Amino acid sequence: MSLLLDAQGLVAGWEQPATRPFDFSVEAGEVVGLTGPNGVGKSTVLAVFAGRATRFAGRLELAPGLRLALQTQDVPPLLGLPVSARELLALTGATPDGLPPWLGERLDLRLDRLSGGQRHYLALWAILQAPADLVLLDEPTNNLDAAGVAHLTVHLRERAKTGAGIVVVSHDAAFVADVCDRVVVLGASDVA
Amino acid sequence: MWHELFLIPFLTGLVLAVLLPLLGCYLRLRDEWLAALAYSHVAAAGALLALVAALPPALGGLGAATVVGAGKRFFARRLAGGASYALLLLGGWAVAVLVAANQPSAERLGHALFDGQLYFADSLQLWLVSLFAGVALLVLRLLSQHLLLAHLYPDFFRVRGLQAWPIQSGFDVLAALALALATMSLGVMGAFALVFIPPWLAFRRAANWRKGLLLAVLIGVLAYVAAFLGALVLDQPFGPMLALVLITVGLVIA
Repeated sequence: MSLLLDAQGLVAGWEQPATRPFDFSVEAGEVVGLTGPNGVGKSTVLAVFAGRATRFAGRLELAPGLRLALQTQDVPPLLGLPVSARELLALTGATPDGLPPWLGERLDLRLDRLSGGQRHYLALWAILQAPADLVLLDEPTNNLDAAGVAHLTVHLRERAKTGAGIVVVSHDAAFVADVCDRVVVLGASDVA
Repeated sequence: MWHELFLIPFLTGLVLAVLLPLLGCYLRLRDEWLAALAYSHVAAAGALLALVAALPPALGGLGAATVVGAGKRFFARRLAGGASYALLLLGGWAVAVLVAANQPSAERLGHALFDGQLYFADSLQLWLVSLFAGVALLVLRLLSQHLLLAHLYPDFFRVRGLQAWPIQSGFDVLAALALALATMSLGVMGAFALVFIPPWLAFRRAANWRKGLLLAVLIGVLAYVAAFLGALVLDQPFGPMLALVLITVGLVIA
């Protein structure tokens, strides 16, 4: 397997450092969990990987030509917009193949006519299935019911089998245990 | 009505009745519908200032709108939440009224710009509007996916290495120029009615984005034709007729 992302002694933050130094790596076909208490800087770490936040110290290397996809906790502002699920997926280049039946049959409906959970899953799917080598997911199980979490768990494993690397930030311990090959815990025990 | 005296104004307005609702859909997508009023007022002020300076008013209107559209990104961060458009609207209105109040010739043009002067559109204006609309529709088609993606997934947009500012600034200039051209013929409120009401209704009713664009254009064109004919038959000014037709359609559909 090839290394997609390698961080050594990384300190991430916005205006000032928000994490302690930590090591992190992801290989192709691997699902890596990133957990830890609230406020430890998990989302900021994803933001640094995506080039949005600041690297204050350490080394961060991405594979040349790496295509990233980033899902944040911000909900796409879809209410009041006449955008169908099919159009949303087309925007990011995501395929609807593999969607659960309870969403596959609603592709031509407006997203603001779907339930909050259905809308969230489609918005997540648009990123998860976008053409990318490394997918960064921030709390993907938020607003999902048990069926949604179960489907996401299976699908993340399938997505990884296609060669994509996946980083999952989540506070859902059971989900992380089910889906991840490795888990890195950000916190006092993991910092130098 | 098919006499050239009416045909050229009719066709000029018809082109704008296609372009403005489409443009309004993207302004509404970006929560920037107030920009329509702001750019129109700035264009009116620019036209009046040009008149006072013995320059072609159309040049002044287009120039002022272009400068504001292109410069918006430099102060957008400090004036978020539509504040920039509110300030531009008030500034444009204040300058226009002050210039009109102190120059008799500017007063006449000021009334024409705010009330609309579609019936005075000549063939040069028709060509200018048609040419611009052709380019604008092409540019909107090219920008459409990027504008949607940048609005719905700004982080994904950035992480893909796509530059937001050329797309946003390009759209801002396009909108400013379109509103300036529309203000010269339809007037401030006529242009605003076509930018605001058809997209508002289309967003409520359409099943998807593509159908929303089509519905907005359909509403805009039908309302425009009805207003033009109504204004001719009843011998009324066009701008208020257009606004009333669109308001009526809006209330019925909404």
